[in-house]
Amino acid sequence: MQIYLPIAELSVNVFLILGLGAGVGFMSGLFGVGGGFLMTPLLIFLGVPAAVAVGTEANQIVASSVSGVLAHWRRGNVDVRMGLILTAGGFVGSSFGVWLFRLLRGMGQIDLTIKLSYVVFLGVIGGLMLVEGIDALRRGRRPSGTPRRKLHQHRWVHGLPLKMRFRRSKLYISAVLPAAVGLVVGVLAAIMGVGGGFVMVPAMIYLLGMPTQVVVGTSLFQIIFVTANATFLQATLNQTVDVVLALLLLLGGVIGAQFGARAGARLKGEQLRVLLAAMVLAVAIGLLLDLVLTPENPYTLGGARP
Amino acid sequence: MIRALLVIASLLACAPVRAQEAQPLVADLSKHLVAITTGFVGTEVLLFGAVDGPGDVVVVVRGPPRPEVVRRKERVGGIWVNTGRADLAAVPAYYRVAATRPLPELAPPAVLERHRIGLEHLDLEPVLADKGAGAAEYRQALIRLKRDRGLWAAETREVSSLGNRLFRTDLHFPANVPTGTYSVEVYLLRGGEVVSAQTTPLIVSKIGLGAELYHFAHEHGAAYGIMAIALAGAAGWLAATAFRKG
Repeated sequence: MQIYLPIAELSVNVFLILGLGAGVGFMSGLFGVGGGFLMTPLLIFLGVPAAVAVGTEANQIVASSVSGVLAHWRRGNVDVRMGLILTAGGFVGSSFGVWLFRLLRGMGQIDLTIKLSYVVFLGVIGGLMLVEGIDALRRGRRPSGTPRRKLHQHRWVHGLPLKMRFRRSKLYISAVLPAAVGLVVGVLAAIMGVGGGFVMVPAMIYLLGMPTQVVVGTSLFQIIFVTANATFLQATLNQTVDVVLALLLLLGGVIGAQFGARAGARLKGEQLRVLLAAMVLAVAIGLLLDLVLTPENPYTLGGARP
Repeated sequence: MIRALLVIASLLACAPVRAQEAQPLVADLSKHLVAITTGFVGTEVLLFGAVDGPGDVVVVVRGPPRPEVVRRKERVGGIWVNTGRADLAAVPAYYRVAATRPLPELAPPAVLERHRIGLEHLDLEPVLADKGAGAAEYRQALIRLKRDRGLWAAETREVSSLGNRLFRTDLHFPANVPTGTYSVEVYLLRGGEVVSAQTTPLIVSKIGLGAELYHFAHEHGAAYGIMAIALAGAAGWLAATAFRKG
């Protein structure tokens, strides 16, 4: 059954899109990630224009983060104060990102920017996760006798002004730091069509020193607002949000995520991390090859400027 | 019945005059609107007509002219980067030719050139911003890209003729057909010269929900954005509640 996507301006098979949503939803349920970093490249691969893929994926992530955050909210795993400061930075970042997106699109460099950002960020994060995951798997065999770590290290970042107390996160740090993290991730979210959880979560743990149990909930909380902002701006500035495509994707995604979460409960955390790392690296390598290998046709149709 | 008889009678009555006044070529389409609905997968439009004697018929379907940008990649420090571009002011969004015989047999290149019949005779003048490639390369690249997308066809489809008087051909429009006002041009050629021509407009337009969404998105971007966010938020909340109980 074919359906015509009004904004992407192409006809796709409904079941292919539902299946894609379910597949990526399964991964996101399994690993607890948004899945935007998988979905956006897959949509581009299917022939959806890169700009529409990015705008639409931002919209879909709004839905998956709302559905994800509710469970964390009930368990009290959302640091609202931290989330709001991250969001403030994220608003500025994603607004700048959408503007940058438009500029680069006019210059004909948007595809390159999207791919390069994917290669760099997925490559670095996938590599780090793989190393750490394998390490943890090896250590897991031996009885753990490591001394208890300090809550977090005290470094130069603790000398910054505007200190605030974050009760849920058990932190007393400068508000400048989370705002900056939010800003950087906001730019990425707008340009790459992702929620940015895969950058946000490590940044919260290693940079801000937040305890692991509040990290995912707080990250999801702020992703809602940042992707909503990106959706709004992409819709008003670039007209690249396809609601029909977004609805199909999230319908499949919601169901897939439930099965993924159930499957994830049967796997060990370390095994999951190594699997996720391998997948992240595979996407990065695929996109890198795309940039490095001689293209079949060096010419592309840029499409007229709107 | 009476009406039909009257028509025949009137035709007979003015037959001698008609021989001089009649158009040498008449043609029409089975429909003048290609409606892109939600389930659109492409469509066929029948073109049919009559000529007043032997000759060749050429049908050209031209989509609305649009500005187009072609970019060229070059290897910079190991990765492929867009380095050159060419702007074209008016490129037909869609292009198809059908004829009773292969084009080179029909008319000399000068005639085809004048009427822009055949991909190699299209008026494509790229404005270059590239030191590494010329206009000819960009023209070839544009033709290849358009062909790969199924929007232009290099092959000439067949126009079948019946007793040197009637002719017909099926015009195919794929699922990704661009919207706008098309012109369907029909030429009658004799001895390599165009003796008659007729142009019929054809509208390709989105119809129904898809069309409304498209206009909504382009005319009220902010409201569309808010609607998209509200929809996504509601869907996410629904999903969370549904599976919590389940």
